[in-house]
Amino acid sequence: MLVEIAHFSLALALGLSLVQMVIPIWGVRRNDMALARVGEPAAVGVFLLLFFAFSVLMYAYAVSDFSVQNVAENSHSAKPFIYKLTGTWGNHEGSMVLWVLILSLFGALVALARKSLPDRLRSGTLAAQASVTVAFLLFILFTSNPFNRLDPAPPEGNDLNPILQDLGLAIHPPLLYIGYVGFSITYAFAIAALIDGRIDAVWARAVRPWTLAAWLFLTLGIAMGSYWAYYELGWGGWWFWDPVENASLMPWLAGTALIHSTIVMEKRDSLKVWTILLAILTFSLSLLGTFLVRSGVLTSVHTFATDPQRGLFILIILMVFIGGSLALFAWRAPMLRQGGLFAPVSREGTLVINNLFLAAACGTVFIGTLYPLALEGLTGAKISVGPPFFNATFLPLVIPLLLLLPFGQSMAWKRGDLLGTAQRLATAIIIGVVATVMIFAVTYGGPVAAPLGIGLGVFLIASAVWDLGERIIARASGFRAILSRAAGLPRSAYGSAMAHAGVGIMVIGIAATAWATEDIAVMKPGDRLSRGGTTIIMQQIFPRTGPNYRELVGRFAVEVDGKERGVIDSMKRTFITRNNMQTTEAGIRSFGPSQLYVSLGEIQPDGTSVGVRMYTKPLILLIWIGSIVMAFGGALSITDRRFRVAAPAKPRAKAGAGGPHPQPAE
Amino acid sequence: MTRKQRRLAIIGSCGFVLAIAAALVLFAMRDSIVFFHGPSDVIDKSIQAGTRFRLGGLVKEGSVVREGQTVTFDVTDTSKQVRVTYTGILPDLFREGQGVVTEGVLQAGGLFKADSVLARHDENYMPREVADALKKQGHWQQAPAKPQS
Repeated sequence: MLVEIAHFSLALALGLSLVQMVIPIWGVRRNDMALARVGEPAAVGVFLLLFFAFSVLMYAYAVSDFSVQNVAENSHSAKPFIYKLTGTWGNHEGSMVLWVLILSLFGALVALARKSLPDRLRSGTLAAQASVTVAFLLFILFTSNPFNRLDPAPPEGNDLNPILQDLGLAIHPPLLYIGYVGFSITYAFAIAALIDGRIDAVWARAVRPWTLAAWLFLTLGIAMGSYWAYYELGWGGWWFWDPVENASLMPWLAGTALIHSTIVMEKRDSLKVWTILLAILTFSLSLLGTFLVRSGVLTSVHTFATDPQRGLFILIILMVFIGGSLALFAWRAPMLRQGGLFAPVSREGTLVINNLFLAAACGTVFIGTLYPLALEGLTGAKISVGPPFFNATFLPLVIPLLLLLPFGQSMAWKRGDLLGTAQRLATAIIIGVVATVMIFAVTYGGPVAAPLGIGLGVFLIASAVWDLGERIIARASGFRAILSRAAGLPRSAYGSAMAHAGVGIMVIGIAATAWATEDIAVMKPGDRLSRGGTTIIMQQIFPRTGPNYRELVGRFAVEVDGKERGVIDSMKRTFITRNNMQTTEAGIRSFGPSQLYVSLGEIQPDGTSVGVRMYTKPLILLIWIGSIVMAFGGALSITDRRFRVAAPAKPRAKAGAGGPHPQPAE
Repeated sequence: MTRKQRRLAIIGSCGFVLAIAAALVLFAMRDSIVFFHGPSDVIDKSIQAGTRFRLGGLVKEGSVVREGQTVTFDVTDTSKQVRVTYTGILPDLFREGQGVVTEGVLQAGGLFKADSVLARHDENYMPREVADALKKQGHWQQAPAKPQS
């Protein structure tokens, strides 16, 4: 019964979203603010209805109600409880419900963020956002209903794909979806601005916290997915340039550009048309990512059995929203008042360069991901575009961007001074160069890329810290003055310094992968495998039984430089519930940010020895630590005072009483 | 700087970066993309030895021979087959009778020396290229649709 009510509440949410989509626009057109504000309770209502539906689905998973087809197909009574819960979104239908739930959550948050938004903008945004909700609810109700019943109910479920029964993958989709879907708000803001024909610094300031929130969750989601692939697939790789990974990287790159272009718009009232376009493109790329993953058009390790009808439906959604918004853009953008031009050498100039490089890098990923599809559609030839392509296109665009980053960060607005900026950065440059030379000398004969990359990372961190320090100390004298300046510096200054330092940390982690080693051997108990100062000694191989699997455990003693450093258990799991599918659980031991990674291959025909892969991964954890630091920097920026307080007073009069706005603090 | 010069500088630098990006893409397209072939393609089109490509099909039943870390097996689309050799650890779901995609270089004797065997995430998953190669031979039926994440 509960399940039927949940199904009905999905339908109700669809109806209410239609209200949220139509009425506010009509109200704004008629200058009837009472009507325009209908969108707010509607948005909250849609969220509550979807929250209820999602909770019921989760409950059905928790109690293993196999009369629900979706549960029967993706769960099993013996599955650990936590994976029963997370299994709710470990399948197509459930993950789509999560998708719209997050969509409606953002809608409800916009509706409730009363103080920080002008009325007209909020109404338009809610309406535009509701249109996305309507489309995806139609998609769920017509092609992916999670509440279908089975009669008779099967006694046991099919279990979740074992590879998804993992904590990392349990939290990866929600994070990624919050990121993807969060950009729907920026998109809705852009649509509202285009319909209204007004765009200014208020718009930029209103949109920035939402963009930052979406961006930071996307950052965490991508990092989580990458770490999961690293330890679960058992090959020790952390990024494969897989189409589905690219699908999440593209909105990230566009979103990163968007964060920076809204700064220019907020501070200098410039780059307006470009920012609007970028907001539309970022969400379009999120939709494209959803399409690529959900339709299965791509050859990918992520793509599973799929249903062409769903692919077609999402393709139509994609065309309506991308095509529609770009058409609206082409029609309305020329009417927007253009901002002023500015000097090429200035903070805003460097931010344009940032956008240029990010957009170009995003473009190469786009081509590399979609070109094989287009070629196959046109000529039938099948090609694969892999890491060599991306290494040859993406890296040459990103490295100059990273080299220029500190210059932009410490350049003045309006009229910058290249020489002065370089002087200010001299210390950071020297630190970076010294780091490169020292590491190069110590590891002489090793790969050259590593010291250069680490030098770049050190330069990024040093310049972020230096810039912050200089802003605090240079203009203050005495300890108290320094403290008060440090407290007075806007949080977004700390946020951006932190995010940029995070990039540096990540770059160091990536550069250090050049030193990673891989050894493969067939081992039996007693055998040793050494590389550098690290040795693993196989102690035993034994079977073990888990809740819904059997596993073969290889236990290894670890020695580093002759000293014992504990044991590593590396597993090969066989899921009886799932047609004897096997997964690899790599044994990983961290030494600071470095890791020793051991994974098992196959049992050899003799039955006593097993294939073993040993990787040493120096500084590998910095890749993900850097991502977390970046996300944390984003979070710090959101809490900046000006996003909460400096919003314009709620206009008492009707339409368009935005009025002039105080310049932001910094 | 006059207004006109500023505009030119900005447009110029945009054009410059985009031109570099385009050049990089075109350059990489020439060198670093890999074609996919089924066993019938390899034999019928008599692909030259030394060519790098992806080979996909089914692992022929009873053809897998292991010698230490080296595995040899036949990849078949049920009408033609190509012998493949690979050194290293195979992905979890490598099994006889199942679909596989390998990447490597064709040797002079017709042996395909693979340096990677692609992993799969799901026991029902068939690489799309393999499915297409098999469809061409008329031996592939769509498995019952089974939604997965």
